[in-house]
Amino acid sequence: MKHTLAVLVENRPGVLTHISGLISRRAFNIESIAAGYTEEPDTTRITIVVEGDEIEQEQVVNQLSKLIDVIKISDLTAVESIQRELALIKVKASLETRSDIINIVNIFRASIVDVSRETMVIELSGDETKIDALCQVLEEDHGIIEIARTGKIALSRGPIPAKA
Amino acid sequence: MIMTGAEAIIESLKKENVDVAFGYPGGAVLTLYDALYKANFRHILTKHEQGAVHAADGYARATGKVGVVIATSGPGATNLVTGIATAYMDSIPMVAITGQVAVPLIGRDSFQEADIRGITTPITKHNYLVKTVEELPQALKEAFYIARTGRPGPVVVDIAKDVFAASFDYEYPSEVKLRGYHPVYEGNQTVINQVFEELRSASKPLLFIGGGVNLSDSSSELREFVEQSGFPVITSLMGLGCIPFDHPQFLGMVGMHGTYAANMATTECDLLLGIGVRFDDRVTGLLSDFASKAKIIHFDIDPAEINKNVIAQIRVIGDLNWSLPALIEKIRGVSGELQEQVRPWREKVLGWKQDYPLTYEQGKDLVMPQAVVEKVSQLTQGEAVIVTDVGQNQIWAAQFYGFRHPRRFLTSGGLGTMGYGLPAALGAQCGLPDKKVVLFVGDGGLMMNCQELATLADCDFPVVVLVLNNQTLGMVAQWQRMFYGGRYSHTSLKGHTDFVKLAEAMGVTGLRVTEPAELDNVLAQALATRGPVLVDIRTPETVDVLPMVPAGARLDQMIMGG
Ligand SMILES: Cc1ncc(C[n+]2csc(CCOP(=O)(O)OP(=O)(O)O)c2C)c(N)n1
Ligand SMILES: [Mg+2]
Repeated sequence: MKHTLAVLVENRPGVLTHISGLISRRAFNIESIAAGYTEEPDTTRITIVVEGDEIEQEQVVNQLSKLIDVIKISDLTAVESIQRELALIKVKASLETRSDIINIVNIFRASIVDVSRETMVIELSGDETKIDALCQVLEEDHGIIEIARTGKIALSRGPIPAKA
Repeated sequence: MIMTGAEAIIESLKKENVDVAFGYPGGAVLTLYDALYKANFRHILTKHEQGAVHAADGYARATGKVGVVIATSGPGATNLVTGIATAYMDSIPMVAITGQVAVPLIGRDSFQEADIRGITTPITKHNYLVKTVEELPQALKEAFYIARTGRPGPVVVDIAKDVFAASFDYEYPSEVKLRGYHPVYEGNQTVINQVFEELRSASKPLLFIGGGVNLSDSSSELREFVEQSGFPVITSLMGLGCIPFDHPQFLGMVGMHGTYAANMATTECDLLLGIGVRFDDRVTGLLSDFASKAKIIHFDIDPAEINKNVIAQIRVIGDLNWSLPALIEKIRGVSGELQEQVRPWREKVLGWKQDYPLTYEQGKDLVMPQAVVEKVSQLTQGEAVIVTDVGQNQIWAAQFYGFRHPRRFLTSGGLGTMGYGLPAALGAQCGLPDKKVVLFVGDGGLMMNCQELATLADCDFPVVVLVLNNQTLGMVAQWQRMFYGGRYSHTSLKGHTDFVKLAEAMGVTGLRVTEPAELDNVLAQALATRGPVLVDIRTPETVDVLPMVPAGARLDQMIMGG
């Protein structure tokens, strides 16, 4: 089963290497990892999606917690949460196909952020399955040139933050 | 107070009660060495940085204090890597101070630049790169705190060259504030109650003791628990000495070269209390069949150890100095009943101990290595600090020396580092000047750091170096004999090295034993020698360490012998 972990870490040089090194050395199954600044300037928040049974996921949490720069880990799978990923998709688009692509984009509530004579870049945020679905339609009907995805980020619903 | 970064390091070392550093100078740490000189701070110059780092490790294991090692940037720092990894695997408190190239040169492949922080990330508890003098006191304070608290371990503090020379207003912080580091010392009392319930209902309980008892200095608590409960006891290699070898409930060491009684008791028990152990594969044998009839209760200060290798039904997270007394409190009133409850089991396992003791084939004209260890045990009455290298010499020392005290058996357990023994013995002797320090080392391992014989002589440390010279990489040759059809690929050490001359060339007294009749006298002579002494003891080439559980086999599938 998949777990989404919110990992709060000290915003220090080397901390990401530390975390990614540990994950690869211990051969943990990580589906995605996304990092960014938070409301506190000295804290970075890393969202990690781990695949594995309860024992494996407990090891991931325990081993990551051992790192001195890891402040707190909360498992957002156990609580109600909002999970999002952002994707930028560059798709083949000619004069003839543009309007069809615009239709698809509207249905998915995505937006078009760039247009050239041969391409369009589409921005979509949502959960993984929604992004997968859009990619599939675009790929089959028009052809995708490249995709950039951020990996999942997540926040719990309600007033309690992960750092609490 | 206004001072330089280098002076601040010396001040900080003093504040941390460090009375000696092991190390080797070089360009990036020249300013630091100048400050050592001016402060007349005690420093042991080894012949190689690997020697210095293992010496700091041996010092730490023997004394319980944080070992400190200093090396220069680039090759100096990379020479520490094996020693840092060795300390990490065995949870040894250590602070390694390395010089780094000056800040403007970092990241440009400058002369003698190596990213030691990156290199040591997976083998340290934590590490730092200090680029401004203002952050230096905090980094050192944290480094010592992290190294010695919780589950101990090595910490690297890499310091840019210009930081040593920079002046600033020094103040050593009185406390550390680490948001992400809060070792749990006092655990949960309800868990202790649960454990107590399990103890009451077990009929075949077994106490399995590891290096955690050594590291936390909780062996007297452990001993009381053993005696109040009446449960039989086994140890890992790292747990030797936490219970006296002749304790009536002690069954010996468990694992690949464990005793029959310890391995069978593990296979048959219905409750296994793992106390400060990490269920290494050298202990468990085939993991899926390890203690398969038992409920497992795991005591450790490191939550990440729980369920890493074996699944524990109950976890007791915290300092053993909390959990053991808490348990003793619970069982004190029912001690007699517990003793009675496990009596049939205890008698059964003690029967195994009696029927299958560790034995070995006596050589008539040959000096058997096991006999050497037994003789040393007898002559020192179990009171020496025993240091080993890695290989057959290590396991024979573990099997045949009668350990009576914790922190008196120093060996590279987790990493199995050949070359560890000699410098570690040097460090142990430095920390315990009044103790007899005896090193068992193979003819292979001695040569990995034999340059440190010269350091022994320079410091006049009276270490007794006993070379079990079987003219082979014995442990590897044993595997070749058992599992590779006797094809001795590159394990013969027959050569021209004369260890007695080697010792003498470095200023160490050299002695030799070639016949059994000489053994007692020469050993007695060596133990009575002033200053460092090496004995080249000629032992047979093809002796096996037994019993042996082949890698991947079940613990009860031992190859016996002797
Ligand atoms: C640094 C290092 N290299 C290689 C090994 C693999 N190894 C384990 S035991 C051993 C043989 C040791 O030979 P020796 O030092 O003569 O000791 P003996 O087994 O003969 O007592 C070797 C090569 C090791 N443990 N460490
Ligand atoms: Mg040998």
